[in-house]
Amino acid sequence: MARTLPALPTVSGPTGTLYRGREGMWSWVGHRITGVLIFVFLLVHVLDTALVTVSPQAYDAVIASYKNPVVGLGEAGLVAAVLFHAFNGIRIMLVDFWSKGPRYHRQLFWGVLAVWLVLFVPFLVRHLSIIFSPVEN
Amino acid sequence: MTAVQSTPGPAQAIDAPRSPYRRSKPTRTNFELYAWLFMRMSGVLLVVLVLGHLFVNLMLGDGIHQVDFAFVAGKWASPFWKVWDLSMLWLAMLHGTNGVRTIINDYAERNGTRFWLKMALYVAFALTVVLGTLVIFTFDPCPIGADIDASALPSFCPAR
Ligand code: HEM
Ligand code: HEM
Repeated sequence: MARTLPALPTVSGPTGTLYRGREGMWSWVGHRITGVLIFVFLLVHVLDTALVTVSPQAYDAVIASYKNPVVGLGEAGLVAAVLFHAFNGIRIMLVDFWSKGPRYHRQLFWGVLAVWLVLFVPFLVRHLSIIFSPVEN
Repeated sequence: MTAVQSTPGPAQAIDAPRSPYRRSKPTRTNFELYAWLFMRMSGVLLVVLVLGHLFVNLMLGDGIHQVDFAFVAGKWASPFWKVWDLSMLWLAMLHGTNGVRTIINDYAERNGTRFWLKMALYVAFALTVVLGTLVIFTFDPCPIGADIDASALPSFCPAR
């Protein structure tokens, strides 16, 4: 007796596995790049914080550079990276531990981008208004 | 090198169907399993710790403009923020170091390169964690001395 297999969904471009092509792969690339970026920042950040044990002036002098608007844009980039890495990390855990996670991994990825946008835009508005206003002292 | 696939001789160069296939030699411990699990458990905690850190330091009050020595002294006057920062330091460093270890293993193909990159990583890990921990435990909110500018001190210090 001839058996017919259910038709496979057709999509353009390489797909079919969790990590090859499309959402699965790009979320992995993004997760990797943001992870390394945050790690490198953290190494520097512990050094600048350590200046509190040198003297108050030494710490304040270095932290003053964090208040420069150009550096402020870099801080916004760091926050963008942290937000993506954090919520994509939750997506990874859902794919690993939630029984329906692998089936919905694409939708989850778009969910990550939605949450990212909802949190990052208000942050950016507030942070930009701070860094482009004069420092009081 | 011991062969991990069963290939008894030239006559049988191709494995029997369904014979176990392994990419690498089996290890004696479950280290990679625990590392995998740790990435997920620390990740959950880091969501709260790091996003909370960013919210308090960049969004509340005057945002980045409020950050100076007196601000740090005010936070570290409370054991709550000391425990917060200490947990964040250790978890983020263990999580980040293990993550970068994975990345080195993925891309550095030569044994020597891989070994030395990981050694550099572990040295950076140890120095950063020791320094960050010492800073939290030895922090003095009211340092005194001729070279200390009293106006930079927090308002609760007698020198002000
Ligand atoms: C631009 C963004 C950031 C600013 C302005 C900032 C600011 C600060 C400040 C003022 C402190 C002193 C103590 C305190 O406030 O709790 C501190 C400590 C610390 N921050 Fe951040 N931070 C930022 C991003 C981050 C990120 C993304 C991480 C994690 C990956 C992080 C991890 C830490 C740690 C571990 C300490 C304790 C350091 C030590 O033990 O000496 N920070 N940060
Ligand atoms: C904010 C909360 C965070 C969450 C929810 C999170 C989640 C995760 C998860 C689940 C993984 C494992 C990926 C896998 O095994 O395939 C991972 C990998 C990684 N994380 Fe995080 N993480 C967070 C914060 C951080 C921080 C603060 C750093 C840096 C200090 C960092 C650096 C990395 C790196 C370098 C990797 C390896 C990426 C790769 O192998 O491609 N993460 N993260």
